[in-house]
Amino acid sequence: MGNETHITIDNKRFAFEPSETILDVAHRNNIFIPTLCHLKGATPTGACRICVVEVEGAPNLVASCATPAAANMVVYSESQEVITARRSIIRLMLSSGHHNCAIRDFDTKDWTQFQLKVLEVDGTQDLCPVWGECKLQDLAYRYQVKAQGLPQSESKYPMERVNPFMIRDFSRCILCGRCVQACRDIQVNNAIDFGYRGADTKIIAGTDVALKDSDCVFCGECIEVCPVGALVTEHAMKPERFVKTKKIRTTCSYCGVGCQIELSVQNNRIIQVNSAGDTPPNNGSLCVKGRFGFDFVGSPERLTSPLIRKNGKLEGATWDEALDLVANTLTQIKKDHGSDSIGMLTSARVTNEENYIAQKFTRAVLKTNNVDHCARL
Amino acid sequence: MTNTIADIETAEVILVTGSNTTENHPVLSTFIKRAALKGTTLIVIDPRRIKLAHHANTWLRPELGTDIAWINGLMHVIIKENLFDKTFVEKRCEGFEELKKTVETYTPDYVEAITGISATDITETARTFAKAKNASILYCMGITQHTTGTDNVKSLANLSMLTGNLGIPGGGVNPLRGQNNVQGACDMGGLPNVLTAYQKVDDDTARAKFEKTWGVTDLPAKPGLTATDMIEGAHSGTLKALYIVGENPMVSDPDLNHAEKAIENLDFMVVQDIFLTETAQMADVVLPAFCFAEKEGTFSNTERRVQRVRKAVEAPGFARDDWRILSEIATRMGYPMNYPNSNAIFEEMTTVTPSYAGITWERIENVGLHWPCPTVEHPGTPILHTKQFTRGKGMFHAIDHRPPAELPDKDYPFMLTTGRVLYHYHTGTMTMKSPGLNTMSPECFVEISANDAQRLGFEDGIMVDVLSRRGKIKAKLEISSKAVDGTLFIPFHFAKAAANRLTNAKVDPVAKIPEFKVCAITIRRAA
Ligand code: SF4
Ligand code: SF4
Ligand code: SF4
Ligand code: FES
Repeated sequence: MGNETHITIDNKRFAFEPSETILDVAHRNNIFIPTLCHLKGATPTGACRICVVEVEGAPNLVASCATPAAANMVVYSESQEVITARRSIIRLMLSSGHHNCAIRDFDTKDWTQFQLKVLEVDGTQDLCPVWGECKLQDLAYRYQVKAQGLPQSESKYPMERVNPFMIRDFSRCILCGRCVQACRDIQVNNAIDFGYRGADTKIIAGTDVALKDSDCVFCGECIEVCPVGALVTEHAMKPERFVKTKKIRTTCSYCGVGCQIELSVQNNRIIQVNSAGDTPPNNGSLCVKGRFGFDFVGSPERLTSPLIRKNGKLEGATWDEALDLVANTLTQIKKDHGSDSIGMLTSARVTNEENYIAQKFTRAVLKTNNVDHCARL
Repeated sequence: MTNTIADIETAEVILVTGSNTTENHPVLSTFIKRAALKGTTLIVIDPRRIKLAHHANTWLRPELGTDIAWINGLMHVIIKENLFDKTFVEKRCEGFEELKKTVETYTPDYVEAITGISATDITETARTFAKAKNASILYCMGITQHTTGTDNVKSLANLSMLTGNLGIPGGGVNPLRGQNNVQGACDMGGLPNVLTAYQKVDDDTARAKFEKTWGVTDLPAKPGLTATDMIEGAHSGTLKALYIVGENPMVSDPDLNHAEKAIENLDFMVVQDIFLTETAQMADVVLPAFCFAEKEGTFSNTERRVQRVRKAVEAPGFARDDWRILSEIATRMGYPMNYPNSNAIFEEMTTVTPSYAGITWERIENVGLHWPCPTVEHPGTPILHTKQFTRGKGMFHAIDHRPPAELPDKDYPFMLTTGRVLYHYHTGTMTMKSPGLNTMSPECFVEISANDAQRLGFEDGIMVDVLSRRGKIKAKLEISSKAVDGTLFIPFHFAKAAANRLTNAKVDPVAKIPEFKVCAITIRRAA
């Protein structure tokens, strides 16, 4: 076992592949290194520097997501110097935006007071909607960054809510650039980019227009990758946080790609759709229909009981009435006109199991091969 | 698809034709766009300047309904310049000489005259495609929805075989399935000529196997009617009853005025669906069913991957599982069907379906499997035809160009092609319940080029009447850079201005797919 293919992290030796970064090796071996801007599948930008580590012999800390693993490299993932650097990065981020999630006044010694504080502010629409799911908040907690006393800067850019799907809250943006990479390198929609300079830097769509007037196709990839509460769905603003949510993985029912999705359900209603994570065929991506198109499930227009045509009008009926009528009529038509006078159109929308039953019913019961679906149409 | 979705990114050349991928298969299009970004050569051949064309190295624009001509043109150049894969052709294919003879007449100049694609572009594209180590072909309804649909598909297969691109990673001929479970509906025998896994209904051994499993005798051996034949049968009075599960032909069928009369002519129609669709409104009995989020089961996606569907919410009111409804009717008709759950149906299905035999719900709990998967140890088959074709040797089909059934003339000077938009799906029964999607795409429109609009003196956004020999609709005019002079586009989703009142019901003689993609129309300012 030659040294040329090994790297040492926190006093343990690991083999690595030529294309791997320090971060890749660490994560593969379950060593925690925090990241904010790093996005799988995109070229590392090194923008946030939260992933810095100490490398023996290097003059400065290095961004592990952008530094290739090298032979005989000796890395410390969480040395005192690293922790100090991470804390100052976090402090800077918290103070440069509208991070009013109570982390600002966070004091671990007084947990009860902290909770009360959260409850108190929770009623206001201002409270960050991703509370509890924010990576910055997680890191502030992990590294015990108290933002008390830090100045809170207001964003010069107002929130954008003029499209039906998502909210852009620039006041919480940490300019990590993940959304830009997701849009450009993963979905290749090229709708957003960094705009302006220095303290004015902003993520802009087109020539700084509203998303709905840009090339944005509302795939929502950027929402899914945003580590903070700067990009959220319109739904996120609704006060449903305290109701139990169950999550169910299933397959999107729209096109033939068959994306794997995760439905969040509260009170028997689908309140949000996310991708099911890094799994084929979609590897975490969705489109606007898959992400925002499931209102129909809970629509008041859904059929809820069988209907039978009486005197020219469709009227409510019981299942027994309806099923008897169908069974008797089909039996009669089969007797009078033969099996081939009946046709079955099964569906490219229903499951395999249901299609199997539909053709079995047609062939074994109706005794005809008049079964087709509308795939050709 | 012969290959997988992920496989697209490994191709050296990708040819996309008759597929508006970014709108109809958005997530699949990300694989194509990413490949192009990383240097893969992307060729888009489509009558509209679709969004994907902006990501392409080359966009070629054929006249509607001239696909066989340009494909033959590419093969002409490839054979003439000796760029074809001789080993593959010799070892794995037959019928090469006939193909060679047929495509001989398709010189780049001749093809230019038919398709409007320049002779140089034909030659260049043929070279690029043939020289690639692996080249993937992706196509959709823009290829199949023609009177020459079957021949269009065979021609693409010709091209892929000729260049040795079948059965290898990053190659293949890949149809993109429009609806979520088209693949599954076909695999499960939802077709008039085959049982599950494409076992022919006139194959006595296959039927005997099913008779034994189902406990019946005399399963019908004669292939049945296709959907389009059923409409004809209803019209002529030979078809008396129609049972429709979750489809809405009263928006999706071609030549709707004709289809409407046919349906009215039926003695009895049952519609099982989740909404009171345009079709359900005409039914004698309407049965409320579960939607995908209310049931357990499987879908098979466009890359033949069998994946789980899971129950997330309770269905409204008295709605029931589709399979339960059909089982109840079967039972009442004297054939008891008692399944405890849908997994039991899946298990029965796998015993008569060789390509699904090794798949269990347990195996696909986390990641779906690609059929064919003949045994429980089998890992599934991501790429088809790696060693041989289903019939042994691959057959070249020598095919000549035939014009579409209807071409523009003095009275109907424009070509119409139909399709979908990003924000809606099929007949809109589901997407039109989402306020967000409706905001982005509220109504029907007629897409026209700036030139044509100017020539007619029409402004963007005016209401126009669109007329064909079969019907008339009213919609908003939309000047678009996607449109090419002489050809208009209308999405078919909208029942209120149903594009299918205009379309031609002429079908492909084999696949019975109607020619949705070409008909002749005229437009005028609405009164
Ligand atoms: S929703 Fe999609 S297209 Fe729009 S900005 Fe986000 S990633 Fe880009
Ligand atoms: S919007 Fe979110 S993902 Fe985009 S730069 Fe800001 S914080 Fe990062
Ligand atoms: S999310 Fe979009 S691309 Fe994926 S299956 Fe659904 S409709 Fe198709
Ligand atoms: S995660 Fe490495 S620099 Fe941001």
